[in-house]
Amino acid sequence: MNPLQDFPATGRAWVFGDDLNTDLLAPGGYMKFGIAEIARHCLESLEPRFAQEARPGDIIFAGRNFGAGSSREQAAEVLRHMGIACVVAVSFSGLYYRNGFNLGLPLLVCPEANTVADGAPVACDLDGARILDHASGRVLACEPIPPHLVAMIRDGGLLPHLAKRLAAERAALTSKDTA
Amino acid sequence: MAAAATPQTPAQTLAQKLVARAAGRETVTPGEILTCRVDLAMMHDSGGPRRVKPMLEKLGARVWDPDKVVVVTDHYVPAYDADSRAIVQIARDWVKEAGIRRFHDGEGICHVVVPQKGYLRPGMFAVGGDSHSPTGGAFGAYMFGVGATEMLGVLVTGEIWLKVPHTIRMHWDGRLPPGVSAKDMMLYLCTRFGMDGGQYQAVEYAGPAVAALSMQERMTLSNMTAELGAQAGLVAPDQVTADWLAAAGATDVDIAGWHTDEGAPLLADHRLDASTLAPQVAEPHSPAHGRDADALRGVAINLAYVGACTGAKLDDLRMAAQVLRGRKVAKGVRLLVAPASALDQSRAEAEGVLGALTDAGAELLPNSCGACAGYGAHTFGDDVVAISTTARNFKGRMGSAASQVYLASPWTVAASAVAGRVADPREMLA
Repeated sequence: MNPLQDFPATGRAWVFGDDLNTDLLAPGGYMKFGIAEIARHCLESLEPRFAQEARPGDIIFAGRNFGAGSSREQAAEVLRHMGIACVVAVSFSGLYYRNGFNLGLPLLVCPEANTVADGAPVACDLDGARILDHASGRVLACEPIPPHLVAMIRDGGLLPHLAKRLAAERAALTSKDTA
Repeated sequence: MAAAATPQTPAQTLAQKLVARAAGRETVTPGEILTCRVDLAMMHDSGGPRRVKPMLEKLGARVWDPDKVVVVTDHYVPAYDADSRAIVQIARDWVKEAGIRRFHDGEGICHVVVPQKGYLRPGMFAVGGDSHSPTGGAFGAYMFGVGATEMLGVLVTGEIWLKVPHTIRMHWDGRLPPGVSAKDMMLYLCTRFGMDGGQYQAVEYAGPAVAALSMQERMTLSNMTAELGAQAGLVAPDQVTADWLAAAGATDVDIAGWHTDEGAPLLADHRLDASTLAPQVAEPHSPAHGRDADALRGVAINLAYVGACTGAKLDDLRMAAQVLRGRKVAKGVRLLVAPASALDQSRAEAEGVLGALTDAGAELLPNSCGACAGYGAHTFGDDVVAISTTARNFKGRMGSAASQVYLASPWTVAASAVAGRVADPREMLA
């Protein structure tokens, strides 16, 4: 089996360094607006091309401590809104890691995240916890996503996950009432 | 109740004991993923009602226990335009609708107002919809920041998942010299260990130099644990904690048992010496870019800001006043002061601290997050080179991406305002 054939590139790599923070992803001055407006300014202080040119299926690669800073979850929501397939980093800020999965944005921890070339065609295989780098022909191994977060990401984030749980609880109550 | 270690119960860290209590367990092991019951959920106007209300409605769900929820407006107050007015109004309307009685509107920053109301006690397990929520750790509570969607989960279920943290101990020997503060300790730790030095574990501040700190100084340590990338920043509660809380109206405070047992497993145990620490200044654009203030003297500034949850509490205002009393802010420099809470402001006024600041030329701003959050009012322009008591100096955070923000203690910020350039405050305190 050739994983590069089985997983054609979904988009391009956007490569960033260490400590990329939430204030860059979701700048404070736009926080009073909706997610579409914040997305127009995502990373504008660092890489103005990103908000203009990022396309669904693109993947962000970064160094250590991606998402440092604020609890503002719009910093994860903007990337989901733009259709970013996942963020791959050497490590994540713990608060951002929680927010990413809550908002349905998959995050992969990969020691080699910062070895991918900017603009390279790439794909991610979340179930296999690996990244396909079509430019170099490499398959990068990532840490598997914890099972309780896999369940959440399958549902699309915490809100649909909770909706499912509440619906199940209500159904159980109803069946008890009618029994 | 956390029992002392016996042959039956292995030695546990303070963090383990707090998590165990919330998870309904005798003991817990670092790395385990558990569900914890939440004693207190704190939200502010930005990440709170305006975000959770539509999600609650979508789910058709209610708040699990309105008495365990606190809402504070601090990011968009005082409202300065139609958008910010609408955001604050949602908070006001929603607390009524949801039956939340602990609502504090425009009284100051959540991390300062909530402890001042006596809501946070040793042994509690709490979450806040803001990254600086580890501030609660100063009171011996396990408290951490979450996003709005995760807060929704707490509001619906009263629970949250957690990976039991390891503990990284920062043991400070000695005693801080005059002119050196908790802010200097934290800028030093961020620089030495990096913004991910905390590894999303629990950091515990200990040792004689920490025991000697006031509660508000301890709050600065716990608060800036966020900049160290830890989940929680704890100080074992002691008599200082109990006395402070008693004055805040929290009477039945129990401090017994809430400490790390001898021999409890630590991920790291760093020994640091407070007595040799010099005033620190973090260069743009990271709190981990700290250096001795002396190395940066000569850097010209045109704005000095005493504000934020980590830099404008009563103790912080007192530090600034100590330098500014009988002095004037340099020509061409603006000094902005935004006291962290209305209570701290009235106390500062009563003891002449506020007068010392305004006599020196300080402009007084409202009790809110203000410039620190960069949310609109008082944001910095391209030409601003600021020295600030806030916790973060990320590029563009406080306004223009071209503005430069240096971080320092209130002593150092006040001294720099007088000098018109980065200064070592010890010369003006002598």
